[in-house]
Amino acid sequence: MHEMSLAESVLEIAEQAAREQGFRRVKAIWLEIGALSAVDPDAMRFCFSAVARNSLAEAARLEVVAVPGSAQCLECAKQVEVQTLGDLCPECGSHRLEITGGMEMRVKEMEVE
Amino acid sequence: MCTTCGCGQGETRLDGHTMNDPHPADTRAEESHQVRYRGHAQPGSLLQSRFTPAHAHAPSLSAARMVQIEQDILGLNNVYANANRRRFAAHGILSLNLVSSPGSGKTTLLTRTIESLRDRLAVSVIEGDQQTSNDAERIRATGARAVQINTGKGCHLDAHMVAHALERLAPADGSVVMIENVGNLVCPAAFDLGEAHKVVVLSVTEGEDKPLKYPDMFHAASVMLLNKVDLLPYLQFDVARCIEYAHRVNPGIGVMQISASRGDGMEEWLAWIEDGARAARQSPGNAAEVGRRPGQLKEPPGAVPANAGTRPGRPSLDPCLRGDDS
Repeated sequence: MHEMSLAESVLEIAEQAAREQGFRRVKAIWLEIGALSAVDPDAMRFCFSAVARNSLAEAARLEVVAVPGSAQCLECAKQVEVQTLGDLCPECGSHRLEITGGMEMRVKEMEVE
Repeated sequence: MCTTCGCGQGETRLDGHTMNDPHPADTRAEESHQVRYRGHAQPGSLLQSRFTPAHAHAPSLSAARMVQIEQDILGLNNVYANANRRRFAAHGILSLNLVSSPGSGKTTLLTRTIESLRDRLAVSVIEGDQQTSNDAERIRATGARAVQINTGKGCHLDAHMVAHALERLAPADGSVVMIENVGNLVCPAAFDLGEAHKVVVLSVTEGEDKPLKYPDMFHAASVMLLNKVDLLPYLQFDVARCIEYAHRVNPGIGVMQISASRGDGMEEWLAWIEDGARAARQSPGNAAEVGRRPGQLKEPPGAVPANAGTRPGRPSLDPCLRGDDS
């Protein structure tokens, strides 16, 4: 359940931004979560609703922007899309894929007031 | 709670004490500490945020506005991890992060490793468990220094805990620091502690498809130790298939088959540590040589040669890892 730690980090980022920019309430947060990252979006929403209680982000909406997994095949050199770590290259069947995208865990933006 | 800055780490304990003092001596860790914990923030020091007027997905023209953040959720952990990495590099220390399920044999592996290297290499240990100091006591019984981190309800170590533990451990220059993570094949994968390599220990009693079931961990690791091979005659465990699965998740992962209790394969493992320790001593301050970011292909000693020569050369993407200012 490392999503709890990640949710706490999201809240810290929101609190830091609030201090710097003088807002009092966070209404929504957009997260960019890669398909190959170690984050389960539903667990993230659940944990965030728990850690945000009695904070400036209480009841804030968590919007997850999914980023598809992508990889470079070291065998056929094609850029391919992958669903999970351990997928084979859909072009040539090789397992030698270097992941190039889909590991993201980012806070993109927030709606605040 | 930390007396320097009030950072709350929940139920985390170091050798039974709260994680209050001392603080990481590294000045950048100190800066990051100020950034992270409420009360002494330094505006603009870490967050590169800026605000913009409400745009397309803002629901109304109320006082609401959009604030662009563009920051890694683990960015603060990574600031600590980079400070730890610089510290290891500055002192020529090889650091390894041992990860596995509970019961894979990590502590036995560590005690055997320490005993075998006793006359050649100083090893100290950071132990991570939710509760008890049993593992640190097992390590200390070998004569090695150990600090126990109890994470309470926490399911993994993070780089901030390790920074505090390093202050207490004060490892010798040119030595090896082994970090035994909380037994958990999921959560520790995401957290860079500043180690040179994650080493995943999989025992043959666990089932050969673990690399496919828990791919994050096998993807993040540089090396897989297949432990308890002395039990293979009593089990239906397909070693070749397990290694194939590991390579499917991480083509660059090195594999060693060992039995920590009987001694099989230990020479190869010890030689790999000694090679890594020598490299760390020979290039003190060069963190890019000693550490690599998780998620990249890696070729540690012992990696499968199938990958050699074909991997596109990729420098570290993180400027912190390229610094020579440690």
